[in-house]
Amino acid sequence: MSSEALATTLFLAFVALTLGITFWASRQTKTAADYYAGGRSFSGAQNGLAIGGDYMSAASFLGIAGIIALSGYDGFLYSIGFLVAWLVALLLVAELMRNSGKFTMADVLAFRMSPRPVRTAAGVSTITVSIFYLLAQMVGAGALVGLLLGITSPSGKALTIVGVGALMIVYVVFGGMKGTTWVQIVKAVLLMSGAALITILVLGHYGFNLSSLLGEAATQSGKGGNFLIPGLKYGTEAQGLAGKIDLISLGLALVLGTAGLPHILIRFYTVPTAKDARKSVLWGIGIIGVFYLLTLVLGFGAAALVGSKAIAAADKAGNTAAPLLAKAVGETFLGEVGGTILLALIGAVAFATILAVVAGLTLASSSSFAHDLYAHVFKRGNVSEREEVLVARISAFVIGAVSIGLGILAQGQNVAFLVALAFAVAASGNLPAILYSLFWKRFNTAGAVSAIYGGLVSALILVIFSPVVSGSPTALFKDADFAWFPLSNPGIISIPLGFLCGWLGTVLSKEHNAAKYAEIEVRSLTGVGAEKAAEH
Amino acid sequence: MTTQEHDASVYEQMQTSGEFQDLKRRFRRWTFPMTVAFLTWYLLYVVLSGFARDFMGIKLFGNINVALVFGLLQFVSTFWIAWAYARHAEKKLDPIADKLRHEVEEKTR
Repeated sequence: MSSEALATTLFLAFVALTLGITFWASRQTKTAADYYAGGRSFSGAQNGLAIGGDYMSAASFLGIAGIIALSGYDGFLYSIGFLVAWLVALLLVAELMRNSGKFTMADVLAFRMSPRPVRTAAGVSTITVSIFYLLAQMVGAGALVGLLLGITSPSGKALTIVGVGALMIVYVVFGGMKGTTWVQIVKAVLLMSGAALITILVLGHYGFNLSSLLGEAATQSGKGGNFLIPGLKYGTEAQGLAGKIDLISLGLALVLGTAGLPHILIRFYTVPTAKDARKSVLWGIGIIGVFYLLTLVLGFGAAALVGSKAIAAADKAGNTAAPLLAKAVGETFLGEVGGTILLALIGAVAFATILAVVAGLTLASSSSFAHDLYAHVFKRGNVSEREEVLVARISAFVIGAVSIGLGILAQGQNVAFLVALAFAVAASGNLPAILYSLFWKRFNTAGAVSAIYGGLVSALILVIFSPVVSGSPTALFKDADFAWFPLSNPGIISIPLGFLCGWLGTVLSKEHNAAKYAEIEVRSLTGVGAEKAAEH
Repeated sequence: MTTQEHDASVYEQMQTSGEFQDLKRRFRRWTFPMTVAFLTWYLLYVVLSGFARDFMGIKLFGNINVALVFGLLQFVSTFWIAWAYARHAEKKLDPIADKLRHEVEEKTR
């Protein structure tokens, strides 16, 4: 059996299992709380695994391993930003949001402010962030499947995107949060096991001596000692000062973006209490932290055992470093059959990874459309629960279909910057609105709306006029040049600007609701009146 | 007085009560400085990664250099802060939060 056939078989087994789960979940999903929040009945550990499954995207699995394999240490900078970011979520956001919100990020804002403008702003921002992230994953999925299954024709890749999109739509439309969560849990277990297995084999090959692994990686990369320090990819000496400031800008967006990502925030609503939300994040930090330590070994292991040249030859961005490493260690330990099996295993894990993440994103954006925009802005709250859930399902279908279409159109384009952009928008618009809302007494509607639009628009404008869109050899539009902003990452400007807009909007408006602030403060810290878990 | 106004005054009374202020102080006095601390520690790491590459390249033992140890220390500090917060919340915040929740729920019933 070839590796492609075995990978396809394993992947079909995953699809069969997850479709079974979706069917089971669809029968359990009756109310809005079931659809949006899985009945709030997941345990902290289950939700922690699902947080890992939702967060560890193909970009962080294959992408970071690839960056480390090609550019050495720099990939580790990404991992650390992604991990430390969870402390913001743990200390300032998770529990308070669970106590004061219901289904979406906007619920927390709408609590003490004029609901329609803040829900509109939060809905627009949620859908924008989720679609960017979704598009990056969909385009990545097409490219990845091409590499892993040897499908190279554009129609073959398009077909893959349709397949991934169709499965994602089925999970979300029928399974809702319950189905999506279980898909993420299964994926997290598979991903952690796969990554741990390869890591142990790699370390075993070097006698569990990290230093000799690093030495071999540095030698095989052809870059020597520079491979083990920062600077081969981000903020290279050739880019000068702007490059180094760009690195800091990226770091800021990574560390502050996570706690403003809508598909992460809605996970806090899937557990019965704020204490369980805390436990979820603790589990999530453990799983995600260990996973990034594994990717460090995978990346350096790929450089050492496969060699940076062979990895770059297979894919310029290094996305196949982890699969190629799996093949190489499999062959070392178990001969050719071993290589085939491990390659297939990692290929199937990569598919599962993509599916779980895109499902989470589709759920977040469709929930926000149905709950924030349709039910509360268009219908002013006059809508039955049944109708709202129906609209959520229809919008999941529409968002899925649109992302399939955009994914096919953007095929072959360099859209990797969209993930960093999603983090930048989340950090610049969503995070200031959430933090002010939970902690600042004086905050009001004008402030919330200014923070969200100010952060969102400034991040978008800066990226449009940055080297990632035009005026550089790797830009989206290579032939045009309208880039006047020198950084690829807008965070260093747009994050302070988002906070500033929120402050300015607040002080310029007289509106202030002391009674509602008293209520949200008491509720967020004590859990009074928090949404209860469903009884089944 | 409607129920809603009644509820509002319960929350406002609670907000100004000594016990609630104590809970809020215990929460903020731990999480706010800690947030400043871990963000500063993280930014120090990112800035050194950009501007102090000779320092980051100093080998400590074998091929293990300052950059790797600094990066791994970010993992250690993240795990430690998460654990410490959980302990703080369980010992110092949860008992007061639970007590106050019962009190408000009695009044708003």
